[in-house]
Amino acid sequence: MEPLLSIRSLVKRYGAHLALDGIDLDIPRAEVFGLLGPNGAGKTSLIRIINRIIEADEGEVLFNGKQITAEDVRRIGYMPEERGLYPKMEVGEQALYFAKLKGMSTAEAKTSLKEWFERFEIESWWKKKVEELSKGMAQKVQFIATVVHRPELIILDEPFSGFDPVNADLVKEEILRLNSEGATIVFSTHRMESVESLCRRIGLIDRSKLVLQGEVGEVRRRFRENLYRIEWKPLAPNSGPIWPEGVVALETNPAGDGAFRALLRIEHPATKSQVMSALLENAEPIFFEEVLPGIHEIFVRTVAGQLHA
Amino acid sequence: MSKIAPIFKREYSTRVRKRSFLLLTIIGPILMASVGILPIYLASLPEEARSVLVLDKANVLRGQRGNDEVQLRYLGPSEKFELEEAKKLFLQTEEYALLYIPTGSEGDPDFIAQRVQLFGRDDVSLAVKEYLEDAIRESIESDKLRAQGVDPALIALTKTQVEIHSFNLGEDGKQEQSAVELKMAISFLSAVLMYIFIFLFGAQVMTGVLEEKGSRVVEVLISSVKPFELMLGKILGIGAVGLTQFAIWIVLTTLIYIGFTSLFLGDRLEALRAAQEAGQTLDQGGMQALVQMVESLNFPLLLGGFLFFFVAGYLFYAALFAAVGAAVDNPGDTQQFMMPITIPIIAAFAVSTQVIEHPDGALAFWFSMIPFTSPIVMMTRLVFGVPAWELGLSMALLVLGFLSTTWIAGKIYRSGILLYGKKASWGDLWRWIRN
Repeated sequence: MEPLLSIRSLVKRYGAHLALDGIDLDIPRAEVFGLLGPNGAGKTSLIRIINRIIEADEGEVLFNGKQITAEDVRRIGYMPEERGLYPKMEVGEQALYFAKLKGMSTAEAKTSLKEWFERFEIESWWKKKVEELSKGMAQKVQFIATVVHRPELIILDEPFSGFDPVNADLVKEEILRLNSEGATIVFSTHRMESVESLCRRIGLIDRSKLVLQGEVGEVRRRFRENLYRIEWKPLAPNSGPIWPEGVVALETNPAGDGAFRALLRIEHPATKSQVMSALLENAEPIFFEEVLPGIHEIFVRTVAGQLHA
Repeated sequence: MSKIAPIFKREYSTRVRKRSFLLLTIIGPILMASVGILPIYLASLPEEARSVLVLDKANVLRGQRGNDEVQLRYLGPSEKFELEEAKKLFLQTEEYALLYIPTGSEGDPDFIAQRVQLFGRDDVSLAVKEYLEDAIRESIESDKLRAQGVDPALIALTKTQVEIHSFNLGEDGKQEQSAVELKMAISFLSAVLMYIFIFLFGAQVMTGVLEEKGSRVVEVLISSVKPFELMLGKILGIGAVGLTQFAIWIVLTTLIYIGFTSLFLGDRLEALRAAQEAGQTLDQGGMQALVQMVESLNFPLLLGGFLFFFVAGYLFYAALFAAVGAAVDNPGDTQQFMMPITIPIIAAFAVSTQVIEHPDGALAFWFSMIPFTSPIVMMTRLVFGVPAWELGLSMALLVLGFLSTTWIAGKIYRSGILLYGKKASWGDLWRWIRN
């Protein structure tokens, strides 16, 4: 299936500074996509170009296979990192205003907003001024304003900053619900905690370049270090498995009840089968599992690696 | 362009509902009407007579009693009193002021006239001081005339009051009562109003842009609408607030003025109107002349002109104000870019005070053509009559002018609103305009 959003050889310069350097990226429909990268890497520039807030110097953005238009941008919901609401305006009036700017009729917008306010249990805020709200409260209003027009594509820049854990979970749930109803989600963050639990695909931007992209599991396997966690119970006291050549036991610790747990690196010429055989010979295996690096680790390694390269 | 409508609506409705709008809407007409009413009201107040204690050592005033407003009471016999005693006495009485006319230099009137002193508990009113000066001068002048063997009554007889009635003679030979004073007043008022309106509402556009930048709303907005639509919606919305305010002011001012004059001057105006209907020309001087003068003004042209030059002048400057708001990050930084905007407005206002004197001069002509100054200067000229081609040219240039400023401002605005935490330089602005 054709991706919802395709980015082709995108280049953006600010004077002499190259903000985006030939970005190629596909975001499939109904995906939850994490756009990762350290601060200042170019994430916000990329998002702004997708939203047609700024123009690219080279390259193109395709929406449903065609050059993106102003009409398409109406079908995007964008929540910028720097939240923006009119402080002196009432919450309900403001949410209505944003919905109308996205092309909804007043009646449509009112019905939809009512639903959202009920879902977030904030009906009583309708007449409040934004300046009376706490940061987290304003954040909820901003989230609603972003998704009220049922966008096909929802772009959230650092969506969880400013939320307490309870509300962060609430918003996370809503993001997943919108995704299950067919919306494509792109969210950008430099904090990795939320990535693995939410994203199916990621792209990592570092110093203006897309240095990594793919399905989360596939990316983690790509960075595998042949590390395995193994637990067993020796058949006889003071005995244990004898690892074949090529295996480095990084750590071996008692795991209670006479069992042991080890972290092994299995390198050539050793194979997983050999390790398993060695285990079965002298012990009763409890588990045998490959340890893949987390997104956080991959992020740090990639960004740091680039730094040293 | 359909996005301009909700933006326009928001800008308009949030401002019109503000308490400050309501306040200004009510205070404005009261202020404006009071400019017209206050002098009439004050003039109709009965003046309380003020009593002045006089120590006339030289007997210059010869015991004059004064008039309805200033009454003179003499300390006498004058040779028995000295100034110090008179001061003490004065402070014990309720008298308004103490006038001391000394003598000396063998009664030389010019010597005396330079040494008259006036004492009051507080500042003595200018009217009283002028009355006393006149009384002393007249008295001394009469003495001098008599000394030359001339009867002062003879001189009084030769005094002649001259009043020139000026008319404007049209091409068709129709003559109209000229109303220079009234026209000057209206001309000045137009210039002041135009100046205030452009500044007041232009600055609102700027602070509006700054608010959206500061609260980062602009990024959300720009993902939904084009920057140009946002800027235009804002400018038009605030302009509509200005027009609303203006319309309310005109209506309220007229109502207050009519209400007041019919309440206080109703009878006199009635009589005048009745006399006119009967074809009589009452020799009631001032009042009739005023009515004729007011009738000689072309109000549709004046109001229409004001509307056009307000709208176009506002559009011209509002775009520039919007650009300034977009180019800076906080209100404190606007100063640098405000200069090129405020200087022409202030210059136009300064020039208009000259234009009132010479509405057909070269200065008036050129400054009413340049779009930077034409809204204010042309409004100053309009009441005196401006050739149609000049008016047309000025209007056309102003329309061209606001189209250009809107276009240029649009370019600055588009780049500037997303520039956070940094003030643009003149170089940046130039780069944005060329892009």
